[in-house]
Amino acid sequence: MTNPVLQVENLVKRYGEVEAVRGVSFSVEEGEVFGLLGPNGAGKTSTIEVLEGLRVADGGRATVCGLDPQRNPNELKNEIGATLQATSLPDKLRVSEAIRLFAGFYKRTRNTDELLKRFGLAEKRHSFYNQLSGGQKQRLALAMALVNDPRVLFLDEPTAGLDPQVRREIYTIIEELKREKKTIVLTTHYIEEAEKLCDRVAIIDHGKLIASGTPRELKQRSGDTTRLEVRLAKPAATEALRQLEGVADALEVDGAYVLHCQRTAPAIVALVKYLEAQGNELVSLEIATPTLEDVFIELTGRRLRD
Amino acid sequence: MKTILTLAAMRIRITLRNKTFLFFSLVMPMAIFFLYSGVLAKGKPEAVRYWMGPILSFTVMGTFWGLSMQLVTWREQGILRRFRLAPIAGSSMIMSSILANYLLILPTVVFELLLARFIYHVTSFGNLISVFVLVILGITAFGAMGLVVASVTNTAQETQIINQLLWFALIFLSGATVPLAVLPHMVQRIGLFLPATYFVYGLQRAMLADAHLYSLGTVVVSLIAWAALASFLSSQLFRWEPEAKLPRNAKLWAVATILPFVLLGIWENHNGKLLATAAYMMEGRPAENAPPADKR
Repeated sequence: MTNPVLQVENLVKRYGEVEAVRGVSFSVEEGEVFGLLGPNGAGKTSTIEVLEGLRVADGGRATVCGLDPQRNPNELKNEIGATLQATSLPDKLRVSEAIRLFAGFYKRTRNTDELLKRFGLAEKRHSFYNQLSGGQKQRLALAMALVNDPRVLFLDEPTAGLDPQVRREIYTIIEELKREKKTIVLTTHYIEEAEKLCDRVAIIDHGKLIASGTPRELKQRSGDTTRLEVRLAKPAATEALRQLEGVADALEVDGAYVLHCQRTAPAIVALVKYLEAQGNELVSLEIATPTLEDVFIELTGRRLRD
Repeated sequence: MKTILTLAAMRIRITLRNKTFLFFSLVMPMAIFFLYSGVLAKGKPEAVRYWMGPILSFTVMGTFWGLSMQLVTWREQGILRRFRLAPIAGSSMIMSSILANYLLILPTVVFELLLARFIYHVTSFGNLISVFVLVILGITAFGAMGLVVASVTNTAQETQIINQLLWFALIFLSGATVPLAVLPHMVQRIGLFLPATYFVYGLQRAMLADAHLYSLGTVVVSLIAWAALASFLSSQLFRWEPEAKLPRNAKLWAVATILPFVLLGIWENHNGKLLATAAYMMEGRPAENAPPADKR
């Protein structure tokens, strides 16, 4: 880390008895796309909202562009742009009015017409907010987040709830911003999003940061293994599966068995023989190269889904 | 200041696109105007002049509905959170409400005065400076009262219920609908604890007896105290998010805003001059017969 634009040390956020963020630390370099990956309720949004100045931390320290979100909220807000998990605007506000309105709040602004054009909203400029589709609303939210030409952009679940085509559109926009060397912090529970867009990823679960690194580094934690996901007619002992030839590790996840194999072919042969000997049957078998999901499963024993 | 103006302009624009608001802030005041002037005053200029106090009170008191409901709805829908991401202070949101209230209500007040002048040939509106000072204080005070309710309630539904209860008390017990002088004695005594009563009374004194501001001292001072207290409280209690906790004693503070009028009510209930003057103003139409303001 040579030039961290964002630093978080031992951050804690509680809601009554519930500790949503439990001592999270990380830093983000200028021009980097940093992802907070974790299931819903892991503490990603709480973390990002403390950094945006929307929530007060109960412990730890955070600085964004050298500013403390609580002590210098207005200076900070001039330096950052953000989209919320659910951005909402007044129904009867037109697209062009919304972006001009927000441009009016900042010291430094970008050309709003250009932003609308860039985000494919020029034709919708006279439409009311409640006339926009989900994808158009999210593109407007992104355009509004860039209206002050921010140094750091926070995107909280930027594609959640959007259909695959719109999701790809948003990916293209984020990739463009990445090429412009914009510093971006995004939260997601989509593996694809984190792998495709992020330079570095921090995996968060139950309010704790459990691993971080580039997607490649994280995947290497699983070794150069192939993932076999099998469903069986009857339950099997994971310990016995782990002992099979070519198998490095075996876990039971949601009724399926995930085997990490260093040598795939011998592992499949050994598995079939073992099942025959046990009077068990193979219901399904999937072979895949490891993803960040495997890293998550390895670390938590659970899947990273809703 | 630029932020407040930007927000106020946006809020006015959105409000004018809201049919419910247009109905309550434009159609209703006009309906009240023509009902009072045409039916109750039978179109007679002096009688219309008498009823202009209650008519303007209705219009001004309506401010407590308008933009406070907008804030609660925005908070509930998460719209305020988006504004919070920008460098905007909570007090700017409150100030924009009050400013937008002025800009929405003042033209209606002027329009009502012009209608009275040109349709019903009312030649004098008494002391117009007093009338406008009271109107401005009233817009701030009643608007801020609405903002306090908006801050201590959690949902638009809850706000609506409390606003309805307050609204009925304000319009029926204050002399804004039925003249104070003809209300049952017990109701009159309760009415003396309501800010609306002093507001209606103050406007009628200014219009019928050319009352100067100094002769309306009690009314003006209590409205200023109330407007200041309610504005301060509304900015202290302002919440960007529904789940944001209110200070433990927030509802007590909200109740504290009525303190100036509790004291005034106790004083007037003993003193009794307001009721006597209100009765005289009603019986003594035309207004020239009302006692001079400074010899109350």
